[in-house]
Parts: sequence; C-alpha cells; structure tokens
Amino acid sequence: MTLLITVFAAIICTVIWYKNAPKNEMKVGILCWMYWGASLMWLVDAVFEYAELGAEYFTPAPVDMLNDFFLGLSAVALGLVVWLAILLVKDPRGVVRTALFKKN
Amino acid sequence: MACFIVPVAEAVVTTAITKVVKSKESKLEALKVDTGNGTFGKELKIPFSRKLKWLNNMLWGGSFLLAFEHVWHGEVVPWFPFLTAASDPAEASVMLSETATVGVSMAALVTAVWGVMLLVTKAMEKKALKTQPASN
Repeated sequence: MTLLITVFAAIICTVIWYKNAPKNEMKVGILCWMYWGASLMWLVDAVFEYAELGAEYFTPAPVDMLNDFFLGLSAVALGLVVWLAILLVKDPRGVVRTALFKKN
Repeated sequence: MACFIVPVAEAVVTTAITKVVKSKESKLEALKVDTGNGTFGKELKIPFSRKLKWLNNMLWGGSFLLAFEHVWHGEVVPWFPFLTAASDPAEASVMLSETATVGVSMAALVTAVWGVMLLVTKAMEKKALKTQPASN
C-alpha cells in the first residue's frame, strides 16, 4: 500500500512537471525525484517480502493495510512539506523576499 | 531494519563526486537542435554534474522517506544507538544481513535506473548532434 501510494504520487508529480516543462518555477522536479527514489526502494522491499511470503503478500490483514495506508499518506505529506520548505527557501519567483522586505 | 543506510552512504559518495565533477566542468557544449518547425534552437549538452544530481536527488529523497518509514515502525529512534536492532546482538546480525541484501539491492536498482536514464539522454544528445552541429 505504501509503495502504491508513493508510485501514484510520483506519477502525478511527473505529469505536473511534464505539463509545465521547461518552466520549473514550482520546483516540482524535487518531488518527482523524491517519490521515484522512494518508490524504487520500496519496490525492492516489496520484492524481498514477496520472496519470503509468496502469494500471502497480496492478501495483507486489514489492520496492516490500514497502517500501510496511513504510512503512505504520511510519507507523501512529508515529501510535500520538504518540497514546500525548499520552495520557500529558494523562492524562485521572489515572492517571499518581496513579502519580507516590502516597505509599508 | 536499516536498509536505507546503504543508499544514504551511496548518496554521500555521489554528492562528493558531483562537487568534484562540477568544479572541473568549465565550458558547456552548445548544440543546434531541430525544433520541428523548420527552425533550429540552441541547446546545451547536459553536463555530467547535472546528471549526477539526478542520482543524488533520487538517493537522498528516497532514503529520507525510507528513514521516515523506519521511524514509523520504531526501528529508528532519536537516542543512542539510534537503531533499535543494534542493542541486541541477535537482531543486529539480522539487521546487517538485511542491510547487505535489501539495502544493497535498493542502491543498485536506483543506480541502474539512473544508468538507463543516462543511456536515453545520451541517445537524445547524439540525435541532436546529428541533426545539426553548432557552428559557434
């Protein structure tokens, strides 16, 4: 479930990045790299787990599935927080700088 | 248990390599690329340091989220020895074996995907060079 949620997040971010390319004002590329990196790593985790459990891997207990669902959503949210922090610090459109140093 | 340590270690190495490569890169190679509507646009050949950054971003980003997963499962704690499995010798050996198998495979897969990306971009650059070499 965590893998699935991250893969969907990676796909959505890549589509958004592609739609706005070559402009990268919102730095969506950061999210793409992060989610694709995590997806690949969780894919390896899933393969090893499948090798250990076999078909049982695809029928997890509801409690485990719910936990994995929350974990996936939390991982995506954490990724978004990191992206937002980078966006505000780098401030490619100068919005934060303008707001902070605006003379009243 | 601590499989994210291997991609983190690789990320540290590749980040250092990126810094060295970037300091050695000087002039960017310009290519004239057919834009498709009869005109030619100027494109720059992608520097290797930029390509290395793709790998860095995947490794750092992926291992960051993976580390979060370990915190979620209580495998990583904010106090010494930081990895819960490290305090028990039996669990430590399982952790090491998992790091050697799962962790190495994770780093290898991310690097392999990056390798494929390099091949694809190299083919695209070659195609662009073939279309029309830059005159300046």
